[in-house]
Amino acid sequence: MLETFIGKLSNPHEVFPYLYEPVSQQLIILSMFIFIIIGGVALVGGLTYFKKWGYLWREWIITVDHKRIAVMYFVVAFIMLFRGFVDAAMMRTQQALASGDSTGYLIPQHFDQIFTAHGVIMIFFVAMPLMFALFNIAVPLQIGARDVAFPFLNSLSFWLFVVGVVLANMSLLIGDFAHAGWLAYPPFSELAYSPSVGTDYYIWAVQISGLGSLLSGINFFVTIVKMRCPGMTLMKMPIFTWTVFFSCILIMASFPVLTVDLALLALDRYMDMHFFTTSYGGDQMMYVNLIWMWGHPEVYILVLPAFGIYSEIVATFSKKPLFGYTTMVWASGVITILSFLVWLHHFFTMGSGADVNAFFGIMTMIISIPTGVKLFNWIFTMYRGRITFTSPMYWMMGFFATFTIGGMTGVMLSVPGIDFQAHNSTFLVAHFHNVIIGGVVFGYFAGFTYWFPKMFGFRLNERLGKCAFWCWIIGFFVAFMPLYILGGMGMTRRLYHYDAATGFQPFLIVAAIGAAIIAVGVVFQVLQLIVSIKNRHKEGYRDVTGDPWNGRTLEWATSSPPAFYNFAHDPEVNCIDAFWYDKQKGLDVDNKPKIRTEPYHDIHMPKDTAMGFIISVFVLILGFAMVWHIWWLAIVGVICTIGSVIARACNYDIDYYVKASTVEAIETKHQQEIAGAKL
Amino acid sequence: MMKAITNLVSKLPLKGLLRNMGVVLLVILSLALSGCVSEGILAPKGQVAIAEHRLIFFAVGLMLIVVIPTIFMALFFGWRYREKTQNNAKYEPEWRHNTLLEVVWWTIPCIIILILGTVTWKTTHSLDPFKPLDSQEAPVTIEVISLDWKWLFIYPDYKIATINYLCIPTGRPINFKITAAAPMNSFIIPQLGGQIYAMTGMTTQLHLYTDTPGSYRGFGANYTGIGFAGMQFVTEATSPDKFNSCVKKIQETPDTLTSDVFWKQLVPQSTDDPVRYFGSVESGLFDKIVMSYMMPGMGDNAVPDEHAIMNQSNH
Repeated sequence: MLETFIGKLSNPHEVFPYLYEPVSQQLIILSMFIFIIIGGVALVGGLTYFKKWGYLWREWIITVDHKRIAVMYFVVAFIMLFRGFVDAAMMRTQQALASGDSTGYLIPQHFDQIFTAHGVIMIFFVAMPLMFALFNIAVPLQIGARDVAFPFLNSLSFWLFVVGVVLANMSLLIGDFAHAGWLAYPPFSELAYSPSVGTDYYIWAVQISGLGSLLSGINFFVTIVKMRCPGMTLMKMPIFTWTVFFSCILIMASFPVLTVDLALLALDRYMDMHFFTTSYGGDQMMYVNLIWMWGHPEVYILVLPAFGIYSEIVATFSKKPLFGYTTMVWASGVITILSFLVWLHHFFTMGSGADVNAFFGIMTMIISIPTGVKLFNWIFTMYRGRITFTSPMYWMMGFFATFTIGGMTGVMLSVPGIDFQAHNSTFLVAHFHNVIIGGVVFGYFAGFTYWFPKMFGFRLNERLGKCAFWCWIIGFFVAFMPLYILGGMGMTRRLYHYDAATGFQPFLIVAAIGAAIIAVGVVFQVLQLIVSIKNRHKEGYRDVTGDPWNGRTLEWATSSPPAFYNFAHDPEVNCIDAFWYDKQKGLDVDNKPKIRTEPYHDIHMPKDTAMGFIISVFVLILGFAMVWHIWWLAIVGVICTIGSVIARACNYDIDYYVKASTVEAIETKHQQEIAGAKL
Repeated sequence: MMKAITNLVSKLPLKGLLRNMGVVLLVILSLALSGCVSEGILAPKGQVAIAEHRLIFFAVGLMLIVVIPTIFMALFFGWRYREKTQNNAKYEPEWRHNTLLEVVWWTIPCIIILILGTVTWKTTHSLDPFKPLDSQEAPVTIEVISLDWKWLFIYPDYKIATINYLCIPTGRPINFKITAAAPMNSFIIPQLGGQIYAMTGMTTQLHLYTDTPGSYRGFGANYTGIGFAGMQFVTEATSPDKFNSCVKKIQETPDTLTSDVFWKQLVPQSTDDPVRYFGSVESGLFDKIVMSYMMPGMGDNAVPDEHAIMNQSNH
């Protein structure tokens, strides 16, 4: 009876699994609870005390402004980065301790949830939102647009992503999380071996945030295709925009595969079907194929925009145009296509046969050719330049040193003969952290530092940024080089315990020290934010020009932070890096003299709307109900979601015109600020 | 509560940790100098592993030809063209394209990949785990079944079976036929050769060979649950004579491995199982196990019921 109303919530074993665990584990969970409660109370109390609820609602929750959405993506991503990092630290500590007679401080059923959560969070809830944050802050400004093509959809994408985050983290409090690794291979993730709600949390969290990602991919693709400013033909687009364009193509082509694959797994778990079960003709290999048909392009979805960021940064700080722009565009295009032809290299060991394995191995190593060409183009952008070593440039140099090594080990893994040894070993773990930290994370940090002044109108503290960089790069090498060696010694991944005779322990202790050094880097980053915010009005931080780095592309042509309409006059370009040349000629964004004579015009803008948030709340209810098998609530969730989507679709009052007088007032104020700063 | 904390703290091998700290640096240094690792692919002892070992170092060497100059160039250019007062290095703010240079760096990686690709094509075929190894001697067939969380080895020619223990003769090829009665796992003995997945309803193959007697670590490489870390076994490679006496010893064990024993005793989940011998084995058992997952409903035999797992994870 009770089960009809509250589903699996009626089973205490499911809701509070930690009540049935050893006290040592309960202490760990208790401290986490205390941390969450203190954090929650501080947040809610602070908002109430300072009377900020209304501000939060009006200025942030209902906003469709791409610049604000970017900031919100950053905030959530950094919180999740903290959680993912704590997971990493727990794993490193466990492995450093659990040798021989000692079984460490975690039980295996916690260790497996932690490594699963670490992977899921770092990819879906850190890397993806950081990427969308950077898309949002830079792309519309770089192409001289007023916003993205579908501003409401952008808000909905963000809130759907937040629903994914909430569902995944809710598992900390009620129920447990998935334990089958970040890709949930069946049959282990099937009901027979994973009966708890953990895998369902995983499925719904990833599905819902994946839907958000897909919508964002469509949104930015259309934005880039349709909303470029006059004169900006495709081959005059900033290179970051190009890489976002390719990344969006990959998102649109690959995320539906993930959705279908997880939907089939959900059907197995909910409807007793047998797509991937061991019995009734289920085919576990099909799941693995499909998940990597999404999973491999996903790697390039993440890394292509990072390549774009490096391209922008190296050109800006070398004070030279990007070397071989056309080649860079084509190289990105080739990578985009090839990334769909290599997925099988994730499971050479499944027994596809030598011809198939060799084909996919060789296709994989071919990707290293355009990637290598990119590296050379960046290096020759620096050649005969004048390089200012700001902290974004530090991340770039760190990228050169780490990514080349990660690329090399990647090509090694693409040789099936080597992969048979290295597959599923810590060598593999070291490799993908090598390319994801060295390539993606360093790139996104560089992009964050680079575009931070654009978002807030002041720069981040350089000194602390460089300290953070040194900790990250040293910590990275100390943490992951031992894992390469351990892989060679035959250490498999996801081990919560190992024999003392294996001799793994010293290396794992070194790796744990590396993680600690990275932790210091994270502390420096937090300090950097605090110090910079405190000093934001001071000389050296404040930037009124909107162009703190002497930039080359359009986003630097407007104020920082830009007015909500981005550009008072529509920009017009006639070459790559048009802003750079206009600056030298003393022209404004629309190729007209800086001293304006002609009047401002009314500007067409989208209205803010709460519908993105409201729809997402209903989707959250649906997800929660599905996880806990509360069928009536799920039906309510579905009906409300569809109803609110229809309500939104029937609403034609979604846009308005900003009066020319308002634009003039804002622009005049900005001109006065610049003049004031010059005095 | 207090007791729990003290228990937790006393469990942490802090002393060991500190003692190891000093050793750590020495170990890394000595490793770098001598490369003397007695584990894994870094100490290959089988024909396949030796070929894989050689392939690793060939690939690394080939790629370092590009990787080292690239890193060097990046750091050197960064330093040479840095912004400073009085930097005499040339500054060409408009230099953005050079066809010859671009042709050069499209060509170099192409050549490297052409070489590596050719080697890959050849070695993928020669090191294909399904390919039987050439030998004058008759091969030994061993059927491997991945279970939760232990390895079962059946020697059909000798009608014996073992759990978590593998005895093989030197000088004879070993033909492994691999399946699972548990979630997808991966069978590997790194010092003898690479891995292949173990999956229900599927038979994969692995062919290994060694001339060097010794005991080599084998394990599962694909996560299958809470007992995964304990899914280890020792591979004892001995001379054919000793192998025969090993077989004889096992044959003398009274236990018989039948379908019934398999489904009722071995398939249910258990962790850190001790070595166990079966003196005789029901014939055709391996094929029956594989086929049981291909028949509608039959595989359900292997699926432990929900309560069994809940109990497992609660104690």
